[in-house]
Amino acid sequence: MEIKSNSPTGPIEQKWTRHRFEMKLVTPANKRKYTVIVVGSGLAGASAAATLAELGYQVKCYCYQDTPRRAHSIAAQGGINAAKNYQNDGDSVFRLFYDTVKGGDFRAREANVYRLAEVSVNIIDQCVAQGVPFAREYGGMLANRSFGGAQVSRTFYARGQTGQQLLLGAYQALERQIGAGQVAMFTRHEMQELIVIDGRARGIVTRDMISGKIESHVADAVVLATGGYGTVFYLATYAKGCNTTAIWRAYKKGAAFGNPCYTQIHPTCIPVTGEHQSKLTLMSESLRNDGRIWVPKKSGDARPPDQIPEDERDYYLERKYPSFGNLSPRDIASRAAKEVCDEGRGVGPGGRGVYLDFAEAIQRLGVEKIRERYGNLFEMYERITDENPYKVPMRIYPASHYTMGGLWVDYNLMSTIPGLFVLGEANFSDHGANRLGASALMQGLADGYFIVPYTLTNYLGSNKFEKIGADHAAFRSGESATAARMEKLLGINGQRTVDSFHRELGGIMWEYCGMARNEKGLQTALQKIPALREEFWKNVCVPGDGEEINQALEKAGRVADFLELGELMCLDALERRESCGGHFREEFQTEDGEALRDDQNFCHVAAWEFAGAGQKPVRHVESLAFENVHLATRSYK
Amino acid sequence: MSSAASTAAIAQSPAESSRLARILGSSIGQKFVMAATGIVLSAFIVGHMAGNLTVFKGAAAINAYGAALRRIPALLWGVRAVLLLSVLGHIWAYLALSVKSWRARPKGYKVTAYKEASFASRTMRWTGPILAAFIVYHLLHLTTGTVHPSFRAGDVYHNLVAGLRVTWVAVFYIVAMGCLALHVFHGVWSMFQSLGVSQPRYESFARRLATIFTIIVVGGFVIIPIAVLAGLLKVQ
Amino acid sequence: MNLTLHVWRQKNRNAEGGFVTYEARGISPDMSFLEMLDVINEGLILKGEEPIAFDHDCREGICGQCGVVINGHAHGPRKATTTCQLHMRSFNDGDELTLEPWRAGAFPVIKDLIVDRCAFDRVIAAGGFITAPTGTAPDGNAILVPKPAADRAMDAAACIGCGACVAACPNSSAMLFVAAKIAHLGYLPQGQPERERRALAMVARMDEEGFGTCTNHGECEAVCPKQIPIEFIARMNRDFAKAALFAPRDRTAADGG
Ligand SMILES: Cc1cc2nc3c(=O)[nH]c(=O)nc-3n(C[C@H](O)[C@H](O)[C@H](O)COP(=O)(O)OP(=O)(O)OC[C@H]3O[C@@H](n4cnc5c(N)ncnc54)[C@H](O)[C@@H]3O)c2cc1C
Ligand code: HEM
Ligand code: HEM
Ligand code: SF4
Ligand code: F3S
Ligand code: FES
Repeated sequence: MEIKSNSPTGPIEQKWTRHRFEMKLVTPANKRKYTVIVVGSGLAGASAAATLAELGYQVKCYCYQDTPRRAHSIAAQGGINAAKNYQNDGDSVFRLFYDTVKGGDFRAREANVYRLAEVSVNIIDQCVAQGVPFAREYGGMLANRSFGGAQVSRTFYARGQTGQQLLLGAYQALERQIGAGQVAMFTRHEMQELIVIDGRARGIVTRDMISGKIESHVADAVVLATGGYGTVFYLATYAKGCNTTAIWRAYKKGAAFGNPCYTQIHPTCIPVTGEHQSKLTLMSESLRNDGRIWVPKKSGDARPPDQIPEDERDYYLERKYPSFGNLSPRDIASRAAKEVCDEGRGVGPGGRGVYLDFAEAIQRLGVEKIRERYGNLFEMYERITDENPYKVPMRIYPASHYTMGGLWVDYNLMSTIPGLFVLGEANFSDHGANRLGASALMQGLADGYFIVPYTLTNYLGSNKFEKIGADHAAFRSGESATAARMEKLLGINGQRTVDSFHRELGGIMWEYCGMARNEKGLQTALQKIPALREEFWKNVCVPGDGEEINQALEKAGRVADFLELGELMCLDALERRESCGGHFREEFQTEDGEALRDDQNFCHVAAWEFAGAGQKPVRHVESLAFENVHLATRSYK
Repeated sequence: MSSAASTAAIAQSPAESSRLARILGSSIGQKFVMAATGIVLSAFIVGHMAGNLTVFKGAAAINAYGAALRRIPALLWGVRAVLLLSVLGHIWAYLALSVKSWRARPKGYKVTAYKEASFASRTMRWTGPILAAFIVYHLLHLTTGTVHPSFRAGDVYHNLVAGLRVTWVAVFYIVAMGCLALHVFHGVWSMFQSLGVSQPRYESFARRLATIFTIIVVGGFVIIPIAVLAGLLKVQ
Repeated sequence: MNLTLHVWRQKNRNAEGGFVTYEARGISPDMSFLEMLDVINEGLILKGEEPIAFDHDCREGICGQCGVVINGHAHGPRKATTTCQLHMRSFNDGDELTLEPWRAGAFPVIKDLIVDRCAFDRVIAAGGFITAPTGTAPDGNAILVPKPAADRAMDAAACIGCGACVAACPNSSAMLFVAAKIAHLGYLPQGQPERERRALAMVARMDEEGFGTCTNHGECEAVCPKQIPIEFIARMNRDFAKAALFAPRDRTAADGG
């Protein structure tokens, strides 16, 4: 397998413009002759499906929810970045590019990141035109805030529901095309197989989650925009249904998997309350602008927060990172929280939490200002914990939140399988080893609105496609493989529920492949996961049949894939013998406990190739060159 | 399933039908009819209530009033025509809207509970028909006299007092006025909402108006049967 | 705490459904309502019985996929709260709860507590959008939007499309949902060119889908997890009236626009 980035040559500022000119076109009359499949209706999928349909292609779009509007993009709170420099505070395309490369700890592809920063400005214009109600100043201008510790105010937001509003914008554009008959929408349809014919992606096999029907769908190109796989940790800020199934099946059909071990653990989530916990809720990072993070100095200090005097509190972020303090990047803040809890200084039930304290901010600004800024978040917190954050400090703890890893794609967002494009969180993305706040929404929409419509046209324009029917042997075998899989899961009738397996896998991943990793732990995980997988296929219990809605069966299929993915994540974490961004290997740290990169040996993307069941996958590399942002150690001190 | 929605394109432009057809055909348009006719009926009962009160000034006064009403037949019949059309329009809209709503929930809940819907709003569909029945009876009773024990054309005072001296009749009138109270208490507020005048449910002009309207109009009406029962109004 | 649940079970769209009683034992007040159902389901699965099917995804009150009628209240007793955000501390030990799916002809039950809400998508497809093809947009600040208009639009846009308004409305009316979308786009300058056509097309579709009519009960607003106010319904009525009475005729209607 060859891993070629296909980044255009020439100065970085001109790469995308030049490339766009050089790419092939398809004449309007011919566009309607092509069918494109888009799996996923989140920001990336919906924007791509709508735009491709506007261009005139026949589009088929799929999602597992009951309507495209529910994709998990809906949950994004904080905002979306764009280099508009409306605030006149010295922002620019180059600065956004620079910040993103640095934030990603120099493990992202420069050309992609620059293009992302470049189109970021068009995204805002597009969303405004669609009717996204971004926050405004009294003059009627768009408002901005500084987010995730950025030094400029470049984040656009719609209250605490930015993701929801951006998604509704894309969803409405998509529904418009559905109404016009340009897009065929398949809700409650789960992709089960990718169909590759003559080395090119030509369709998918899905399961209709209502009737249980297994169906084939033919196309000239396939786009995957199926989101992140962070639910591999079981407890996560993801939706319950988020899965790796689509990209995992593609991986097994020959699409390389990039940097599977790069996951983001978000520092500000509501801590676990007990065994029954089914998911974790994010508290927007913006809270860190006014909240101060602390734990008691004494370990095992059980006093309620208000009885702990100032001098017995440890504001550890402010202490360790004077210049960024409570706003230090996510990976750093999360790890710091883990450390203090490991030292037995954690607070709340189970000692897995730290305080996020607004007392000082309330004194300084008054309750009203705080309510105006964070009212809805405080309510959400109280609803869940039954504690009033205006009076007692919030308790927060890190949780799985984003996966920088995903299917490897070249500059055209095409995977190693020709005709298979991957967008949004599902690809290995432009965020390197750590994603900055408010940049995933930007990437999803950049991919869908402004990049794939060009690069996919180029692919269609430069290839010949012979007609293929759903009766083609490849589809037939894809269908029978899926059917067999369902049969197998339904036939085991074991003693354990799917959730109990998922919980156990999550525990293993969190323990050994979470915020801090080491060789011994990863080796252990690489023992435990295959064992658990084996038990799963012997002892899982999936009642009911496949002929109608069967949520246990749906879960089982997803967990089965997580049980394979988890192993690859640990393998990748093991082989990457350095610390970078969200990937922290305890063996590789500076004396004061910071991530220690090894640019000599690891300044590259790891792209894993499936080598067959039971075989060790092959690790390919795409080496990264930094010509515009010079390799340096990240320092937030 | 929405793949169904996708297979058939959806009309994204309103079909070309006449404006009137479009309004009368749509659920919102039917609400307009409901409200518009509601206004006419409400206006009528205000005047009617005021006219009725002259009964306390004595037989001469109310008979004169009754005679006055009849002085210009054209006007009288004009008013009657408007009223008739309004009631018919109101009832038509009631049927059209209610049928839609009944069809909209083929299977109901085992447990029903309300957070907000008032008793008045929930009984509109019952108080309405009861009022219809009342109106019919009422016309046969005091206008045509068909069902009146001792009807004297032109002697409004006698017809009224003699008619209401029959206890069950008076009671029926009072009950009907109870229904009217409920009906307009919700109806008059609802009217604003239907006609697109945004008004909060509480603390709003519409709410206050509806409340005051109900008290005055219904109060002015019921006092008569009560007075007759109490023997304050006697047949001379 | 321990509770008794009477849950609507229905095998599929065409099957006859009925209530089945379950005991929920040892429930923690910190559990969310759906986590309580998870516990019951784990038990059922181990007994080889089919778990109770219910819709959910984000479990944080934003996707709008969850929704159960609990003792007659859509999304349960708590104000401004989706079913997934409802916690068991809102109930008492020994409570009896009746769990029913959204009931409306336009929302057919497809299994147990799961209904099909695609009618909402079709209403949006009919006109719940601004026609702004990718790449055609002017600069974000080219058209100024007064802050109050933007804020009001956002109030309306907060709708999560859960359908509780329909479930709670004694008339099964979808007016609050439709009104919220019409208001969201109607408050913005960008939404003006299609304002009349949007109102006519969406209302027509809403009627075709077989939703009920509005007699201003206000129950929808009371159960709406996002507190969408019924003033928006009045606003929709106004928009509809203006459009139906005065909108210039659309000669190109034939080609589906
Ligand atoms: C709580 C939270 C808050 C966040 N806040 C921010 C923020 O403030 N700013 C920011 O920039 N980013 C934020 N992020 C990250 C960002 O929201 C996501 O990375 C981004 O929205 C992902 O979009 P997507 O289109 O790639 O995937 P998604 O939105 O997850 O869409 C996935 C789609 O694929 C479909 N799908 C998945 N699997 C299958 C299958 N097997 N078959 C068929 N269909 C399938 C789903 O139905 C869905 O439609 C946040 C994330 C979370 C979880
Ligand atoms: C206690 C309550 C009421 C009393 C005592 C009352 C009394 C009367 C009397 C005495 C007449 C005859 C007037 C005449 O012939 O000159 C009359 C006529 C009438 N009343 Fe009432 N009325 C009452 C309530 C109502 C209500 C609630 C309505 C409407 C819903 C109503 C509708 C009418 C109508 C339509 C007529 C016929 C007017 C005409 O001649 O066209 N009445 N009423
Ligand atoms: C004295 C006679 C009547 C008066 C003054 C009256 C008044 C009103 C008013 C003001 C409304 C509010 C309209 C709206 O909300 O848009 C209304 C609604 C209603 N009326 Fe009447 N009405 C009368 C008789 C009737 C009759 C005879 C019927 C039925 C046979 C009826 C059935 C209804 C119903 C069902 C509504 C509810 C519709 C809604 O609230 O949207 N009414 N009425
Ligand atoms: S209006 Fe409220 S209740 Fe109705 S769908 Fe929207 S959010 Fe749900
Ligand atoms: S409850 Fe129903 S009647 Fe109207 S105000 Fe709400 S839609
Ligand atoms: S599950 Fe998403 S709103 Fe309840």
